[in-house]
Amino acid sequence: MKRVYALEEYCVGCRLCEINCIVAHSQSKDIIWAFKVEEPRPLPGILVEEARPISFGLQCRHCDDAVCIKSCITGAMHRDERDTVVCDTDKCVGCWTCIMACPYGAIKANENDGKVVSKCDLCPDLSQPACVSHCPNEALIYVDRG
Amino acid sequence: MISYVLPEFLVMRDENRCIQCQVCVRQCANDVHYLDEKDGKVKADDAKCVNCQRCVTFCPTHALTIIPNPQEFKANANWTKKAITEVQKQAESGAVILTSMGNPQEYPIYWDKIVLNASQVTNPSIDPLREPMELKTYLGRKPDKLEFDEKGRLITKLTPQLVLNVPIMFSAMSFGSISLNACESLARAATELGIYYNTGEGGLHSSLYRYGKNTIAQVASGRFGVHANYLNAGAALEIKIGQGAKPGIGGHLPGEKVGAEVSATRMIPEGSDAISPAPHHDIYSIEDLRQLIYALKEATNYTKPVSVKIAAVHNVAAIASGIARAGADIIAIDGFRGGTGAAPLRIRDNVGIPIEMAIAAVDTRLKEEGIRHQVSVVAAGSIRNSADIIKAIALGADAVYIATSALIAIGCHMCQKCNTGKCNWGIATQDPQLVKRLNPNIGARRLVNLVTAWEHEIKEMLGGMGINSIESLRGNREMLRGVGLTQKELDILGIKAAGE
Repeated sequence: MKRVYALEEYCVGCRLCEINCIVAHSQSKDIIWAFKVEEPRPLPGILVEEARPISFGLQCRHCDDAVCIKSCITGAMHRDERDTVVCDTDKCVGCWTCIMACPYGAIKANENDGKVVSKCDLCPDLSQPACVSHCPNEALIYVDRG
Repeated sequence: MISYVLPEFLVMRDENRCIQCQVCVRQCANDVHYLDEKDGKVKADDAKCVNCQRCVTFCPTHALTIIPNPQEFKANANWTKKAITEVQKQAESGAVILTSMGNPQEYPIYWDKIVLNASQVTNPSIDPLREPMELKTYLGRKPDKLEFDEKGRLITKLTPQLVLNVPIMFSAMSFGSISLNACESLARAATELGIYYNTGEGGLHSSLYRYGKNTIAQVASGRFGVHANYLNAGAALEIKIGQGAKPGIGGHLPGEKVGAEVSATRMIPEGSDAISPAPHHDIYSIEDLRQLIYALKEATNYTKPVSVKIAAVHNVAAIASGIARAGADIIAIDGFRGGTGAAPLRIRDNVGIPIEMAIAAVDTRLKEEGIRHQVSVVAAGSIRNSADIIKAIALGADAVYIATSALIAIGCHMCQKCNTGKCNWGIATQDPQLVKRLNPNIGARRLVNLVTAWEHEIKEMLGGMGINSIESLRGNREMLRGVGLTQKELDILGIKAAGE
């Protein structure tokens, strides 16, 4: 399946991927509304890991053998019809077992409601994830590496 | 001691648009932007801003504008803001003012006072989209005559030539003055375009040897990174005598920029200043230059053309004649608006002559002496667009070198702070955090786009003149007319006034 891969050597640590992830998952899809008006503001599904000069955008790898799915006690974390690993927020009880299980640290607690996790959903409504199309230095690519 | 120097720019932040995302904070190497944790707002220290516009470009809400500081001194046509500020700076530093890029002063730009011809009625113009248009250019010494045997086969031994798909090359910029990613962008673009880039005086990084077929290896007064493999790595060699931005003086790469890679490439200790002497200490005459030209030809077994690059100065025509007679295959002439990674401001802004005058004078002189065919002439020093190229070739150049426009293509915003090593665009820096900002995949693509666009425009302009080959434009000053020039200027340029 197509996944987002980070090219560490070109990541400039600007975090425009995080910002545009938030916009893409906002209600208005408008950057100023998303940041200045909408409450609660969505959490980014991508996180820039940084120890300068090294940095890269990290998000859910949508693992073939996803330990988050195995560890989920309610069946909220599941693989959808696009093979994307997503969380059904209605089923999630906020136990955060998936957060502890994820080997990449790519799942985060949603402190807005105390339970539901925030993670990359590969932007199902867009032709390619917002983080990839907005990366100014082509440090994120969306390809099928098998 | 309090500084009297005013901030040069003001950072205007539209609070209605700023979302406090701190992209500007993370992108500014000059630490202009910062988050004030007391009120959670992003603010700016204007005095540190150099107007490189990295933040302006990256701001996702377009909330930033950089404006010149409107603070003025009492109006004075003589003691301008610039003149006063420079005195203030030197009173505080006690030092030579360093700057970079090309001469920005208000000297006449002759390109903009020359207009081109076009066909009307009496000769047909050519549509380059329908008919062949030849821009292929050969640089190097041409034979006095061609001889053939009885079967019509060429028996004259030809000297090595550089073959360019378009008459454009990327001018010398050393690894050290610019980043490895910038070098790689240039090398890859030159390879894709079928043209050449020039290593500058800093040697050739080991990762760039694979682009050798499209490389001109430079030998300058410091001889940095010069060894047998280097000399044989490229398609041609260039002896750098001078540079348009700083004729008569050498170069100085500060030790801070000499990291492990630059050190290995230049063959100097890490952290040591790389100082290029003003003259080559083995060249004090045309005869000495001839010795070095032939030493390089000998070292490369006469397989590569040798270029000699000089700054355009007062007696450029006579000097060029001497260089041709010394055995150079190519003469590169760098006009006074040529760029640099670092130069004393007084030198950059006051020394040298316009490239337009220099090209015309050199072409005229070499033709008068009957040796024009012995050497190709390359014009450098602020070629801004394809029309400048057409005019340079019509004035007598064989090809042009571009550097400033190439850097602008890959992100340079002409803030003239290359010498600080804090280039926010990843070009004139060796800071690994900044270097990675220039992705060579993007850099090479942008360079290929620029040259391809100029190629289309050159073909359009040639076609308009009814010419289907760049060869037919070379030195064809009938295609040019001057507007608003004195008779003396027209005479030196060798062109007629508009209407003549």
